[in-house]
Amino acid sequence: METITEIPDEEYILKCTSACAGCGDLLTLRYVLKAAGPDIVLVMPAGCTAAFQGIYPKTAYAVPVVNIAFGAAAACASGISRMFLATGRKTKVIVYAGDGGTLDIGLQAMSGAFERRTDFLYICYDNEAYGNTGMQRSGATPLGARTTTTPAGKTEEKKDIDAIIAAHNPPYQATACASYPQDLFRKVQKALTFHGPTFIHVLSPCPPGWRYPSEKTVEVGRLAVKSGMWALWEREQGKLAISAPTRSAMKKPVPVEEYLSLQGRFKGIDENTTGHLKDQIRENFHRLAAGEERS
Amino acid sequence: MKKIVTGNKAVAEAVREAKPDVVAAYPITPQTEIVETLADYVSGGQLASQYIPVESEHSAMAACIGASLSGGRTFTATSSQGLLYMHEMTNWAAGARLPIVMANVNRSLAPGWNLWAEHTDAMQERDTGWLQVYVSTVQEAYDTILMAFRIAEHHDVLLPVMVNLDGFTLSHIMQPLDTVEPGDFIPLIHLPETVDPKNPRGYGTIAGPADYFRFRWDIERSMRESVNVIEETQAEFSQRFGRSYGLTEEYRCSDADVVVVALGTLGKEAEVAVDILRTEGIKAGSLRLRWFRPFPELGLAGKEVVVIDRDYSFGFGGILAHSIRSKNLVNVYSVIAGLGGQEVTYDDIAGFIRNRRIGEECWFGVNDHV
Repeated sequence: METITEIPDEEYILKCTSACAGCGDLLTLRYVLKAAGPDIVLVMPAGCTAAFQGIYPKTAYAVPVVNIAFGAAAACASGISRMFLATGRKTKVIVYAGDGGTLDIGLQAMSGAFERRTDFLYICYDNEAYGNTGMQRSGATPLGARTTTTPAGKTEEKKDIDAIIAAHNPPYQATACASYPQDLFRKVQKALTFHGPTFIHVLSPCPPGWRYPSEKTVEVGRLAVKSGMWALWEREQGKLAISAPTRSAMKKPVPVEEYLSLQGRFKGIDENTTGHLKDQIRENFHRLAAGEERS
Repeated sequence: MKKIVTGNKAVAEAVREAKPDVVAAYPITPQTEIVETLADYVSGGQLASQYIPVESEHSAMAACIGASLSGGRTFTATSSQGLLYMHEMTNWAAGARLPIVMANVNRSLAPGWNLWAEHTDAMQERDTGWLQVYVSTVQEAYDTILMAFRIAEHHDVLLPVMVNLDGFTLSHIMQPLDTVEPGDFIPLIHLPETVDPKNPRGYGTIAGPADYFRFRWDIERSMRESVNVIEETQAEFSQRFGRSYGLTEEYRCSDADVVVVALGTLGKEAEVAVDILRTEGIKAGSLRLRWFRPFPELGLAGKEVVVIDRDYSFGFGGILAHSIRSKNLVNVYSVIAGLGGQEVTYDDIAGFIRNRRIGEECWFGVNDHV
């Protein structure tokens, strides 16, 4: 896909959701649904996108949505997936879960479903905290970020969920960010061509949680990629391929301070922590380059 | 066909006859033989179910929920800690009106680790919206599983059913079993609301107070309606297969002065105690509750009542005793016995009845004043 005009006009998110202005989760879901089309079932644990689907009897989504308890999305999806297998239905099962529902409370169910080779796509929209309850730290919160439960900044590193998923050897896994919609769109479509468990980890900037003006969501996402705080890549049958925006960033990264200074959550971050983040970025770039070289 | 099998095996045989689309399975003593036997059936081609070997009981119930929402007949089995671990999802299953059938092999709760029979596990599920039935023999376990699918999937019910059998004293003992060919006794499953991309809806979305309140009332309305469905199903079962079941099983109750009430195998054991007491001139009877949810009407007016609880609500009392007291406005002698597999014989039960002190509570072997 060369241009954004090739993304279909069909909208599967109806107007007037109760999402915050500039919501990265909603933007991500919009492209996910455009890529997946109507013959899907979404499984949603507790989280922002479950909250802003609306109040019974209305729904903001034009696809079936199975809501389920916080830690149960992947297990519920495996029940749906196996029932579809039993009845020969081609409908795709997609889990759409936040970082809390994926990295923390949902980790066991997800690991089990991947190990059982469940035929589904698992999408983690990662706003790096428990956004729906007002921004508490999660395993995905980066080092140095302030949340309501890390008021002085998080002292631990972000959990590497992609490495955990990779250990399950899925046929396809990728990272994405809605600031690069064509890349996200293509990766969702690609993931849905595989049989078995696939995973896409999407960075979803969050204006109220990350404390930046709501019109800057796309810019913040781009700076995440350009600085290397977020890397775009995909791994197909074990072969790693770095995506174009990250390939550019690896050549000439934007200083991470540009990304951090846009966001209130990093206000007052000390030099030591910033230096540690820079080290992490370097290590990650090095790891990606080596990984691509190897495969 | 007659054979000799364990309670667990009887459950698995009945599940095979019911042909569930999806079985979610996780092992736990003393239930494991059920999911092992079903795995054998599936791998041997005797049962065409999707068998999901989940990584936890929480996921077992979540997988059943997903499969049931997709229109499938579903089954799982658990016990004790496993039942407690899936508690969040048992509430979800009932709230979503999904006719999941589960065998729960009753076992005590840790600590300390104790694998033996007790009903407190199931009692902690009593307010979830599941129908609960307690069985006392291998044959009854088999027959009740068959009936459970039909009852759960009936459109006047659409609630999950938990079939309880005592750990070891029923799950692992062997008794004669007369199997049946259920034929159309269990109709093909047809659920009114299933996931369909052609008719996209939200399942389990946010519900405001007014709608949520109405959904709760709908569960209770169906729970009340389920009494008729249970009676109709048990009557047809009797007609087709010749074995009769009620909401309760009464033994020599009609002319009894004193009635002992219990659940599961203790309720069966009580019948022997009644025979012993009758030879002594004590007009005793036994009333075994099969269905605990919905809680049946009991004809106990004018009788002295002894209740045996194999469960306890700390700071309150025996759960069955208090249920009977409040639902029937009778005073009872409340005996707490059999916790953690404590041995309780028919002689012991006869003793409870002989030495009854209506209005009091006794912990058998601890403060029974004997």
